[in-house]
This record gives sequence, C-alpha cells and structure tokens, in this order.
Amino acid sequence: MIPELGQFAVILALMLAIVQAVVPLVGTMRGYANWSAVARPAAAGQFVFLVIAFAALAHAFLTDNFSVAYVAENSNSALPVAYKFAAIWGAHEGSLLLWVLILGGWTVAVAAFSRNLPDHMVTRVLSVMGVVSVGFLCFILFTSNPFTRLAQPPMEGRDLNPLLQDPGLVMHPPVLYMGYVGMSVAFAFALAALIGGRLDSTWARWSRPWTTVAWLFLTVGITAGSHWAYNELGWGGWWFWDPVENASLMPWLAATGLIHSLAVTEKRGSFRIWTVLLAILAFSLSLLGTFLVRSGVLTSVHAFATDPTRGLYVLGFLTIVVGGSLAIYAWRAPTIAGGNRFEFLSRETMLLGNNLFLLTICAFVLLGTLYPLVYDALGLGKISVGFPWFNVMFLLFAPPLAVVMGLGPLTRWQSDDPQALWRRVRSACLVSVLVFAAFALYHFSWAGLKVALGIGLAVWIAATTVVNLRGRVKPGTGLAGKWRILRRQSRSYYGMLVAHLGVAVFAVGIAAVSVWGIDRNVRLGPGDSADVGGYTFHFQSTKNIAGPNYEADQATVLVTRGGERVAVLYPQKRRYDASGQVMTESGVDGGLTRDLYVALGEPLGDGTWSVRLYTKPFVRWIWGGGLLMAVGGVLAISDRRYRIAAYRSRAHSAVQGRPA
Amino acid sequence: MTPTRKKRLYLIAAMVVGIAIATGLALKAFNQNLMFFFSPSEVAAGKAPQGQRFRIGGMVVKGSVHRDPESLAVTFDLTDYKHTVTVSYTGILPDLFREGQGIVAHGTINGQGQFVADEVLAKHDENYMPPEVAQMMKKSGGKEGQ
Repeated sequence: MIPELGQFAVILALMLAIVQAVVPLVGTMRGYANWSAVARPAAAGQFVFLVIAFAALAHAFLTDNFSVAYVAENSNSALPVAYKFAAIWGAHEGSLLLWVLILGGWTVAVAAFSRNLPDHMVTRVLSVMGVVSVGFLCFILFTSNPFTRLAQPPMEGRDLNPLLQDPGLVMHPPVLYMGYVGMSVAFAFALAALIGGRLDSTWARWSRPWTTVAWLFLTVGITAGSHWAYNELGWGGWWFWDPVENASLMPWLAATGLIHSLAVTEKRGSFRIWTVLLAILAFSLSLLGTFLVRSGVLTSVHAFATDPTRGLYVLGFLTIVVGGSLAIYAWRAPTIAGGNRFEFLSRETMLLGNNLFLLTICAFVLLGTLYPLVYDALGLGKISVGFPWFNVMFLLFAPPLAVVMGLGPLTRWQSDDPQALWRRVRSACLVSVLVFAAFALYHFSWAGLKVALGIGLAVWIAATTVVNLRGRVKPGTGLAGKWRILRRQSRSYYGMLVAHLGVAVFAVGIAAVSVWGIDRNVRLGPGDSADVGGYTFHFQSTKNIAGPNYEADQATVLVTRGGERVAVLYPQKRRYDASGQVMTESGVDGGLTRDLYVALGEPLGDGTWSVRLYTKPFVRWIWGGGLLMAVGGVLAISDRRYRIAAYRSRAHSAVQGRPA
Repeated sequence: MTPTRKKRLYLIAAMVVGIAIATGLALKAFNQNLMFFFSPSEVAAGKAPQGQRFRIGGMVVKGSVHRDPESLAVTFDLTDYKHTVTVSYTGILPDLFREGQGIVAHGTINGQGQFVADEVLAKHDENYMPPEVAQMMKKSGGKEGQ
C-alpha cells in the first residue's frame, strides 16, 4: 500500500512540475500576473509530494519490504539501520528519486529566499527548474521506477553492495547531488536572464551566491568521495581517474570557471555571454555525470543494449536540455551588449586565463572519459585510457593555472602596468623559485621535479596571498590601524584568499604523496615484520571476529619507529553474509604529516597473508585543501554585500502585468 | 595597427601557440596511453602487439592458480574456452578474484607467449563478469560459468 502511495506521489509531483514549468512561463510572456503567481505554490506542492515519495521508499527499506524490487535488490534484513537508509540511494532508481527530491528542495529554497528579486525573474527561474524536474520525473516513472513490485517477493534481500557499506557512503552521494542539482539553479538563472533579455551585473549578483553554494557542495562531495575511496578500496589511492570520479570532476571544473567568470560579470559587466555559456555547460556536465554514474552506461557500455529505453532517454533528455538551452542562447546572445573594455594586462585577462585552463582540463577529462565509449559504439574495439595519461594532462595544465591564480588577485581590473605588477609580485616570485630550486636540486630527478613543482607553486600561492594582504593594510598606521583595515575587508575577499590557500595545501598534498609515498606488498605471517619508510610494521596476530552482517579476519599490526611504538592498526578482511562478497577494510593511522596504512591482501595459508603496507606523507593535506576551498566558499556566501543588495532591490521590485 | 594593438596581438598569438603545443603534447600522450583489449584467442592468433601494453580478459581456469610459496608471485591460466593464455603476476590479487570467474589484466606479452600482468582487475557487474569479458564470451560462443 505505502509503495503505491509513493508511486502516486511521484505522479502528482510530475503533474505539478508540468504546471510549474508551463503556466508561469506563459504568464511572464503574456504578462498574466496571476499565471506567474502559480510558480511558488506549484514548487512547494511538488516538493511536498517528493518528500512523501521519498518517505514511502524509506519506509519500504526500513521495514524490509522485499516485495518492492528495488528494496529486494539493494537491502537485507541484517543490514544496520543507517545503511538501510543509505541504501535508498545505493543504486540507480533510488538515487534518481533523491536527485529530484534535492531539486525540489533547491526550487523551494529559490522561491523562499528570492522575495527581493523581481517577480518575473524568479518566475522564469522556477519554470526552468520545473522543466528539469519534468524530465527527471518522467525518467523515473517510465524507465526507472523504484516502487515496482515483485509478483513473488523473496524472503531475503540481496544486500547493499558491501563497498557502499561505509559511513562515507551515507554522506557522499547526497552532498555530491546537492552540488550537481545546485548547478541547475545557476543554469535556471542564466536561462531566465536570457529569456528576459536582461543579462547584466544584477543577474550575476543574484546568481553568484547560489552558484557558490552549489560549488561548495560539489567540492565537499568530491573531497568526501576521495577520502572514502582511500579508506574503502584498500589500494591507498586517493584518485583513480575512474570514469565515475571524472563524472564528478568535470562539473566541478566548469563550476569553478563559472564562479570566476560570474565575478567578472558582476564587478565589471564583462564576459556576460561567456558566463551564460559556462552556466549551461556546468549544468549539462552535471546531468551527464548523474547519468554516466547511475545508468550503468560507463561501467558497462551494454547498458544501451540491455536497456535501450534508458539509454535512449538519457541521450534524448541531454539533447533537449543542451540543444534547447543553446538554441535560446543563439537566439538571445546577439542582443547582449558587451561589457567594459579591458587591457591585455588586467585582472579580467587573468580570470580569462583561469577559465581557459580549467576548461582545457575539463575538455581533456571529457575526452578521456567518453573516448572509449564512442570507440566501442563505433564498433572499433575496446580500449581504455591509461591512468598515466590523465596525470600527464593534469601536469601540463594545472601549473599555469596555479601561476595565474597567484597573479590574478594582485592585478588591477581593466588595466595594469607591467612594471608595477612586477614590483608587487617579485618577492613572492623569488621565494617560490628558490623553494622550487631547492627541492629540485635536493632530489635531482624527474620525480623530484614534480614535488618541487607542486611545493613551489603552493609557496607561490601562499606568498602572493601574503603580498595581497600586505598591500591592503599598507595605508593603515600602526598595528591598530592595520587591524582596522583587515576587519573592514569583505568576507568574500577572505573567502577568495582561503579558497586559494586551499589549492596550495592541496598541491603540497599531491606532490608529497605522489613522490614520497612508499608502498610495499609483502608476505607476512604472525611474528613477521617489514620496514617501510623508516617505520617497522610488526604483524602480530590474526583473529576471527563477527560484525552485524559479516565475518572478518582481523589482524593486529604494531607500528614502531626506532623501537618506539607509534600505532596499532587493525586491518580486516570481511566476508559479507548475504552476498558472500569479500571486502578489504584497511587500518589507517592518520596524522598531519603522514598516514600509516595497512590493508590485508589474501590469505596464503598457515596464517600468512599478503599485506599492503604504505606510508603516505601529507596525504591528509589533499582533503584538507578541499575543505579549505569549501570554507572559502562559505565565507564568500556569508558576505554582507548580498544581504544589502537584497535589501535595496526590494524597493524596486513591483508586480508587473495584468491579470489574464 | 597601433603599437599597443600589435603588442596585444603578439601576446594573444603567443598564448594560442602555447595552448596549442600543450594540447598537442596531451593528445600525443593520449594516443600512447590507449590500451586495447584482446581475448586469449586473439592473443593466440598473434594479433596482440609485442612489447606494448594491452588488456586481456577471460575466465580464470579452475585449479590453474599457482602461488610461489616464498614471494607474492602467482600464475594462472586465462581462457575464453577456445584458447588459453598463462598470466604471471606479482602482487596482491583483488578481493573479487576467484577461480572460474572473469577478470581483466593489464600488461605485456613476453617471448614465451606468457602474459606478464602489472595489474589485475576483477571489477564486475552482478553476474561476476567484467563487461568486456561478458561480451567476448557471447561472441566466442563459449558457455558462461561451468
């Protein structure tokens, strides 16, 4: 009964989404104020029904209702409750429902927090979001219904994929989806502005905080995903250039470009057309990401063959969204006036460089991800793109991006004098080149060059930040005067600095762990020990333990350094009861400057195991950098400017139009 | 053209050339990093390139897994039910590696026709079969499983 209610709620949500998409848009075009006024209630109603649908699915999972096919495939009565709940988004159908639920949430948030925006703008934004929602709800109802019942319900479910039974999974997909779906807000704002023909700095100001929030969630989601992969996959890697990871990285790259381009549009009125295009691109990549990951197109190209309706729907929907928005873009773009002119050496150029490099990386990730798919679809054979290629590509384009990142905030808008700029940056330049040279000489190898480059660039970003702050406080007299100036700086200024420092921290992390990290695969029995990177790992004993829905072999590994005890790690090899799947649970001792990592390989008889031992210097800086970027985002959206601007524009917003 | 315009033009040209060179390098590396997939039959027929890395996929023959008692070296036979190729590997096999199941390995073929793997993958769908292997089996007409 309850699953049917859920199904019914999805249908009602679809009806309301259609109303939300069509009626208000016609209202703004014809000037029917009462038609336009439908947008907010329709959005709220749609959200209510989506919550009901989601609750119905949650109920089915929590009560082990295996008559629902999706529950039977992805849950099990022995699964801990938290994982039963997380299993809702453990596979394709449920995660799509989560997607639309989040979309509904974002729509309601836009409706609620935009009382100060002109009504026709909000109305158009909401109807564009309605269109997206219609697409997803149809996808759910016609191809991927999570509420489908089984004629003969099994006694027991097939269990949630053990890989996903980790605290990281409970949070990772919803946070990532908040980011993906949040891009739809930036997209809707861009399209609404295009339709209305009012593409100016006010539009950029409205769109900016929403874009930053979405970017922030994407950043946290990707960081959490990377940390989860590190802990759960047992290979000690933090990024694998796996298609699924690339699917989340591409929208992030486009979104990062977008928030920088929006800054130019807001501050200077330039880059308008480009910014709109980026908003469309970021959202299209989010859609692509969602579908690639969940529809099974990537892991198995045959998903197109086994379930042609799903694949065709995905292609069709992407074509409509991308094609439709580009058509509106082509129709309206010529009417958009260009912004203020700028000289070659100006902050605008630096931000253009930022966009150029980010999008080049994005394009190459896209190439590496989709090329094997296209190659196979053309019947040319099966290929895969090697991991090293992505690293080479990243190494080619990321360093210039970091250079521009340091220069940008120190360059003046519109026009700057090369000599004045050089005077500002020369000290930072000198320090970073010295650091680079020191590391390069110390290692004197190809790998050493990488670590020198990473750390040199990190120092460069940090040093330019210091230069930037010093430049700001220069007019202040005495410490008190300088402090007063610092306090007067806007939060978004600090947000920018913190986010850039996050990149520096991240760069140190990747450079250090990729070059100084040591891994050894060894054969260890009870009493054996092995040396890795100055640490001695003593394999003491193994024992059998029982978890809630698995059994495990757990080893006790004592780590010492110079005879002193550093940590005791308990890596496990789990065997899940329901599926019989074997999973590695690594033992990690985390630290600011190094992680010690042990993962059990396989039993080799007589209590002997193959064991992976790693030391991972500075690996936590990678995720720390990601979190710092997110903190920068939080600072930026808490800026007073948005609240003041909101207050001022309230006076202007008057209801336009006549009743139908 | 005014001198400032000329200067700007040169700078833009330099940027375009820089990006183009980097793109060219990236694309060149791209071609070198493409790994092709071959079945044991194709390898037996000599279709696989010598001295170049590629991927091979198939079923692990039951009872063919031999471990070296001293090290982490292991050998096993990989089959598509028509031809069999021996794979040697040193390291830790993935959790999902089992006899009688489909796997994919990355590596090169050596002079003795043995495949020297540097990576063994057992990613799979619900049917315990990497997609490439599943399709290959369908093509070669071999029975899945036993």
